[in-house]
Amino acid sequence: MERIEAKHPRAIRWFHWINFPILLLMIWSGMLIYWAHDVYRVGVGRFTLFHFFPQWLYSAFHFKFRLAEGMAWHFVFMWLFAINGVAYVLYTAISGEWRYLVPNRNSLREAIQVTLHDLHLSKTAPPPRKFNGAQQIAYSSIIVMGAGSLITGLAIWKSVSLGWLTAMLGGYEMARLEHFALTIGYVAFFFVHIAQVARAGWNNLRAMITGYEVVTVEEPKAAEESA
Amino acid sequence: MTVKQEMARRTRRSFLTGGAAALLGASAWEWLRTRREDDGEPWPLRLGLRADEQISRDFFSEARLARTFKTAEAQAPKPNGKVGLDDPVPADWSLTLEGFVNSGDDVTVTMDQIHALPKTELVAELKCIEGWRTVVHWGGVRFRDFAERFGDGPFSRNAYIGMETPDGEYYVGLDLPSAMHPQTILAYEMNGAPLTAEHGAPLRLAIPVKYGIKNIKRIGKITYATARPRDYWAEDGYDWYAGF
Repeated sequence: MERIEAKHPRAIRWFHWINFPILLLMIWSGMLIYWAHDVYRVGVGRFTLFHFFPQWLYSAFHFKFRLAEGMAWHFVFMWLFAINGVAYVLYTAISGEWRYLVPNRNSLREAIQVTLHDLHLSKTAPPPRKFNGAQQIAYSSIIVMGAGSLITGLAIWKSVSLGWLTAMLGGYEMARLEHFALTIGYVAFFFVHIAQVARAGWNNLRAMITGYEVVTVEEPKAAEESA
Repeated sequence: MTVKQEMARRTRRSFLTGGAAALLGASAWEWLRTRREDDGEPWPLRLGLRADEQISRDFFSEARLARTFKTAEAQAPKPNGKVGLDDPVPADWSLTLEGFVNSGDDVTVTMDQIHALPKTELVAELKCIEGWRTVVHWGGVRFRDFAERFGDGPFSRNAYIGMETPDGEYYVGLDLPSAMHPQTILAYEMNGAPLTAEHGAPLRLAIPVKYGIKNIKRIGKITYATARPRDYWAEDGYDWYAGF
């Protein structure tokens, strides 16, 4: 028998979907800023494996010569990103939702098991809870990363008024690198997230939109009813 | 109603709400980016930058110093920005001060008079708005010492300082607390040698509490004003305050 059950609270769904366009806008404006001094790369010595970013990418998305525009959007929408993130954390803390989200002592072991299962290396299915260990670690990490973006961003923006913060992060250039690395982290998270959502199927995605999922429960036995 | 029908109803309702929200968001974006421009930015964004400035000024303290470095760490910065430096350095250079004395007269200051003031050295970061930074060793006079010597105080904290090149092609505006910051220097030396033409000879501004765009080269005129002075890059879409 199938039954409809509440899964994700309305507030969490709103915070999640509002965050998506805001973060997208922050990454877009961040790219307009980064283009003006695009020094990061993956490589050793004079050998560069990958340069952030190739020219075709800047051209394809029209990221060039738009530093002032990027800064204006970035330094206005940072407030919305911060407010939405803080509101989410406060909501999960007060409502008790954090119990499902924050990793516990079993999360890591479970996360390894889930990962092995997803890579078809293990047949043990993930536990049917709202968030399994892998999800708990991923969804909590992304919040810590969000806080990291705010902190490193503050250290770049107010590098004299909050000079102690900039120094704590290793200086101005380190803060800029950390701020950038976190963004790369979001993009990596995004692709894994989308792949996992696609794999989990419509019932799972629909729950993040409507708040409800359909669950299968065992039929009560007819013999017991007649007894 | 079956489970299927009930779920379809909920899904439809959520998609309607979500679609309306997405439409609202997209309209807000379209509205924002098509607003009348105020100095190169849609006016709501300009308003946002002004709000950021107010918050920054509330937290800004002249006591909070920019990080300093060892002299050995100093390097020559990329000489970005040639605006206002087209002509050769004027042989008869002198600095004009406007609004600094109670009589209202302009004051003319020579390089000899500036050299006579106590010399201050500073090794600090020059942070370009493009994103790079270079440690530079500056030598010159504190703007604070300079203003007290040639101007009639007291200076209002709500006032502004405007600076421009002799040809008036490049110009910056500064809030007074940033100008009076103890690390704000009218520099005539860079990395132990007299300033070169491309770095702003004979006198330039070194102001570590601001982005490089405010570190004007070859200053010809300094104005004490009660209204915000014009600013070259702020007219082209950048934040007027541009302070750390």
